[in-house]
Amino acid sequence: MTTYLIRNAQILGGAPRDIHIVDGVFAAIGEGLDVRADIDIDAHGLIALPGLVDLHTHLREPGREDAETVLTGTQAAAMGGYTAVHAMANTFPVADSAGVVEQVWRLGRESGYCDVQPVGAVTVGLEGKQLAELGAMHDSAAGVRVFSDDGKCVDDAVIMRRALEYVKAFDGVVAQHAQEPRLTAGAQMNEGLVSGELGLGGWPAVAEESIIARDVLLAAHVGSRVHICHLSTAGSVEIVRWAKAKGWDVTAEVTPHHLLLTDELVRSYDPVYKVNPPLRTAEDVEALREALADGTIDAVATDHAPHPAEDKDCEWAVAAMGMVGLETALSVVQQTMVDTGLLNWEGVADRMSHRPARIGRLAGHGRPVSVGEPANLVLFDPAYRGVVNPDTFATRSRNSPYKGMDLPGRVHATFLRGEATVLAGELVER
Amino acid sequence: MKRHLVSTADLGRDDALLILDTAEELSQFSGRAVKKLPTLRGRTVVNLFFEDSTRTKTSFEVAEKRLSADVINFSAKGSSVSKGESLKDTALTLQAMGADAVVIRHHASGAPARLADSDWLHGSVINAGDGTHEHPTQALLDAFTLRRHLNPGTGRDLAGRKVAIVGDILHSRVARSNVHLLTTLGAQVVFVAPPTLLPIGIETWPCEVSYDLDSVLPKVDAVMMLRVQRERMNAAFFPTEREYSRRYGLDGARLARLPEHAVVLHPGPMVRGMEITAEVADSPRCTVVEQVANGVSVRMAVLYLLLGGAVFADGPADAPRTTELQEAAQ
Repeated sequence: MTTYLIRNAQILGGAPRDIHIVDGVFAAIGEGLDVRADIDIDAHGLIALPGLVDLHTHLREPGREDAETVLTGTQAAAMGGYTAVHAMANTFPVADSAGVVEQVWRLGRESGYCDVQPVGAVTVGLEGKQLAELGAMHDSAAGVRVFSDDGKCVDDAVIMRRALEYVKAFDGVVAQHAQEPRLTAGAQMNEGLVSGELGLGGWPAVAEESIIARDVLLAAHVGSRVHICHLSTAGSVEIVRWAKAKGWDVTAEVTPHHLLLTDELVRSYDPVYKVNPPLRTAEDVEALREALADGTIDAVATDHAPHPAEDKDCEWAVAAMGMVGLETALSVVQQTMVDTGLLNWEGVADRMSHRPARIGRLAGHGRPVSVGEPANLVLFDPAYRGVVNPDTFATRSRNSPYKGMDLPGRVHATFLRGEATVLAGELVER
Repeated sequence: MKRHLVSTADLGRDDALLILDTAEELSQFSGRAVKKLPTLRGRTVVNLFFEDSTRTKTSFEVAEKRLSADVINFSAKGSSVSKGESLKDTALTLQAMGADAVVIRHHASGAPARLADSDWLHGSVINAGDGTHEHPTQALLDAFTLRRHLNPGTGRDLAGRKVAIVGDILHSRVARSNVHLLTTLGAQVVFVAPPTLLPIGIETWPCEVSYDLDSVLPKVDAVMMLRVQRERMNAAFFPTEREYSRRYGLDGARLARLPEHAVVLHPGPMVRGMEITAEVADSPRCTVVEQVANGVSVRMAVLYLLLGGAVFADGPADAPRTTELQEAAQ
């Protein structure tokens, strides 16, 4: 294996240290290390963080390889500083059986750019009616521990209760896409001032909050843990904060776009801003940032949702929902959380690596950057300033809401178990 | 540079008055035996209708033909659109055919805005109704009709006049376009509807809101009744047709509560017996037929001004003066 000597990296934003990587682990960390390596990296001014872990990625394979493949998706992940991603189950066919999750897991292994942990569907075909073979998916080579019908809500209270209970047998967790379906029939954007003016069907905050309230109560009742996907409203924050105060085992994630963008952008009718849950108001953005800072929200998860050009180059109503986000996540977090003073780099490592890995029960990820630990690492240049150009992305799709925006920071290098997947801002041939 | 009419929110007071005044002049020609003007000879106007609309489409077509434009009707039904062609490809096709203006009616809110903001086509885009968003030429013809009755004369606005708009505000593009335009012209708008048929956030709109039609009627100079689709009942917006009619329908008794000078407008098509009784619909105070005639004049004015190079919303309109029209008609 290649050995690396990283000079003067600021681990979690601390004082400059040298990091020696040998045989996939951190062999030595210290000042002025007197060691040799195949590749020396000058990391002056760069922040070193543990490899990022995404709880919520749509890799689209199998079925929508025109939008993304496991290979291009994991390349995008590496470019964004990720060393592990959870691949959502809403593929074609749906990842609701051991066969499909094993296929995705195997494709991830072959890609070599980042670990792919498949998420299993909660119900057969994401239809919310019959539990999928959750145990079989857990027992498969993919070792599934996170289950989600993401894209759809497990809206039947009994099915949700049973799923929460059932996965306790193997320390699984249900990740809920909280969306009351009747309240959001025909919904096109956040219900509020802007939807009223634009004449677009509203997606009210209460449709998310009512499901979260129900599910934290259910989880408490049956003594299970529950994870809330892409929490997007100030009211949801209050409910999760209340549930945590009760001591219930509730975790939640927020997407980078909900930390930065608001429904005012929809006034352009440009479907690049169409996403589910929808962009909310500035007050929601404020509440989400505070909740991420104080730990009420555990993790930043990208909800990376690639779509081919034709699914966005059209009128709003027929456009697909979703945004790509792997390659801009850390920059958005720097802008919204670090540069605002809400979170330091240690906090970023906690919300983007440690906690998501713990929620997904992902061994070998989200570990500290210390001697003997697996060398999953990202070197990030926070001083960089640049305009986002999706044409340079590794993802196969271009539906980035940040196109043309000035965002801070850039991933300089990413290491997966001691091997570089990204060096000097470029993908490494694997 | 904005050479489109997508939303009445884009129209300043001067823009709006220019359109109304131009329409007033153009309306004089509709009384003549030969109604045609050579103004848009050689210009191509496409009527791109993704949604059935006999009334609006016919009105635009008459307006275009009276201005001697080459008119192409591109209806989504039975065309490549029904075979899955995208809005983008349809627009590119129309661009290649040299459309100078595209009049678009679409079931999706924002489709005309997409066309206007894209580089898919370069002609003027005129919104003929998009989803539950806007219907600017309807609002213009409503304002034109209101001005004729309440403050007649070119250069005049609707300052101090009060207009009630009654019915399904939530799903109404007519209501949205009217609230912008009538407010710009100085009028005061009151929305009257059951709370279920008002959008969230209505309290921030530049209008009053009332749930009680009877208390509003004596205070207004005009009342605009909106069509209420029966299928809304199935989504629990109101309990029954009868209950809706009783609470929000305009009948003879309610008509009598209006001040004597007040008029009744309806964008059509009317559902007699639902939001308006036959007695009111057929009364001389109901302007619905007049609105149709005014619609042609207003649409002629919009086409004339846009294709003549007027720029709305970017400061004072640099439009050809309407005296040129008269010369052209000699």
